[in-house]
Amino acid sequence: MLTLLDKLWSRHTVHQEPDGGPTLLYIDLHLVHEVTSPQAFEGLRLTGRQVRRPDRTWATLDHNVPTADRHLPIADPIAAQQVDALIANCKAFGIPLYDLHAPQQGIVHIVGPEQGLTQPGLTVVCGDSHTSTHGAFGAYAIGIGTTEVEHVLATQTIWLDKPRAMEIRVDGRLGYGVTAKDLVLGIIGRIGTAGARGHAIEYTGTAIRALDMEGRMTVCNMSIEAGGRAGMIAPDDTTFAYLEGRPHAPRGRAWTQAVDQWRQLPTDPGAHYDTTVVMDAAAIAPQVTWGTNPGHVVPVGARVPDPQDETAERALAYMDLCAGTAIEDIALDRVFIGSCTNSRLSDLRAAAAIARGQRVHPRVRAMVVPGSGLIKAAAEREGLDEVFRAAGFEWREAGCSMCLGMNPDILQPGERCASTSNRNFEGRQGSGGRTHLCSPAMAAAAAIAGHFVDVRALARTPESAS
Amino acid sequence: MEAFNRHAGLVLPLDRANVDTDQIIPKQFLKRIDRTGFGPFLFYDWARRPEFVLNQPQFAGASILLARANFGCGSSREHAPWALMDRGFRALVAPSYADIFYGNCFQNGLLPVRLTEAEVEELFRRAAEHEGYRLTVDLGACTVTDDFGFSASFEVEPHRREALLDGLDDIGRTMAHASAIAAYEAAHQA
Repeated sequence: MLTLLDKLWSRHTVHQEPDGGPTLLYIDLHLVHEVTSPQAFEGLRLTGRQVRRPDRTWATLDHNVPTADRHLPIADPIAAQQVDALIANCKAFGIPLYDLHAPQQGIVHIVGPEQGLTQPGLTVVCGDSHTSTHGAFGAYAIGIGTTEVEHVLATQTIWLDKPRAMEIRVDGRLGYGVTAKDLVLGIIGRIGTAGARGHAIEYTGTAIRALDMEGRMTVCNMSIEAGGRAGMIAPDDTTFAYLEGRPHAPRGRAWTQAVDQWRQLPTDPGAHYDTTVVMDAAAIAPQVTWGTNPGHVVPVGARVPDPQDETAERALAYMDLCAGTAIEDIALDRVFIGSCTNSRLSDLRAAAAIARGQRVHPRVRAMVVPGSGLIKAAAEREGLDEVFRAAGFEWREAGCSMCLGMNPDILQPGERCASTSNRNFEGRQGSGGRTHLCSPAMAAAAAIAGHFVDVRALARTPESAS
Repeated sequence: MEAFNRHAGLVLPLDRANVDTDQIIPKQFLKRIDRTGFGPFLFYDWARRPEFVLNQPQFAGASILLARANFGCGSSREHAPWALMDRGFRALVAPSYADIFYGNCFQNGLLPVRLTEAEVEELFRRAAEHEGYRLTVDLGACTVTDDFGFSASFEVEPHRREALLDGLDDIGRTMAHASAIAAYEAAHQA
């Protein structure tokens, strides 16, 4: 009786060192972006090595690219140099690249699934911690460092110690207005930012099964914020329906054969997990973070808690918040809807449903950054851009943007932001900036009210109830 | 990669838990395309305060960083160990590290030592008590010792220990398995 992790691991083992040593694991898909790859390509050059499988390597520009005025050269010369380096490296080593002019360009963890590159049963790596996103398809997907990027480029393998298996089972139904983002923030609030360290998480239970693929990606995306090495969800009909017909998905007979194989991947009944955590979906409310790590999180109806340790005390000081303040009384300067966590079409629809016919609060500057050029185009076909613009949101080009603020989209010191991204670390969105993580609907509602509000209290519309 | 065998050095006590890699090296410094030159930006935002421990003259030249649990969480940026090494750090001592950061350290000859919470607490106490407090980290013996009778042993994965003792990088080791990789690809029609 094997877990999904066991099956993925054994199917990709090239070599196993004896006595509990590491495994040399084959990598099926290597995703590359501009920030963590230049030193790896330089390493190849210095040693005269080639990219072993350029056909299994895909690159996109996302982290430091501007999200406005794409027709102009990149203003920051150091960012431009990094972008140019990736373009040159992809050309030199024969790696396909979605550059700034490609309609598919976008955040690496959005693009892989969107193009059908990410498939069940694969091993996926990228020099980015949010690679855990791809686990939503029943892949083993992990973030790696730049030296490991070089190793995978050269050998298409990586040395890994097998993590322990953690099951996070969420049964029941998420309530109205409660999303995958709230679910995963609730999980992190429960187990903490190191709760899954050394483990690969497998999310199971009826509430996980009920999520669409975009919601599943949101959950797996934030596994790293719970300290997990990976986050996975076993593939099912929802997975197959999402994948079928995508540009790189198998077709015809190959598709049927692939689906037959993928159906063998789910964890066998009775297989052993090293740790199991059980949660009730119905007990989860919309979540908002109050501190400086994603574990500092409470339901929107709650108050900023009394600090339990020095980390929490420092967090309150950094966030300029007092214990006992109602979350709904926290006033905001900025709103960011985007990132590899929440910039897919369903996220934009949920935010637009709240924004429709409303106006952004006069104090607030709000921006929407689609995860990819294709999402942007799809949203525009539905008129979502017009909904956002009419409400006073900025509608921008695809990229990581203010999730990490490597490009010009940053918070100013002291600014307070409701953000659909994944990290509320000190200075993450800009030095001195203060980040509150929440769902797209909650962020849109906060943009209009100028402070956090419980989206469940807003009138139901057919769109927002979907 | 620089080999690591035994290192004795001044201790920098950073009494914080959950130090994330965004703090170790903020994003605005990740645009460089080299592995070097990140040291001046280590703990950039915290270091803007004069009272921050890294700015205190008695810790100038420190090469062993003492910290609390879950050090290096968050982003996978290898710029974090690059910045620490560029600033002169050769070893870290903490109760635990985030997984990706832990692996990245070994790739660069930076030794992340795991001691128990109680041992780390004792080291913080001693670092506060003795000016110029030094530790010796011995990877051969897997011990951390000081001049005042402290001695603790630590565990490290045997393959990581051997690679660090020898200063070997992984690609060389992997190339010894080139035929196994080719066989895997052939068997999986990859």
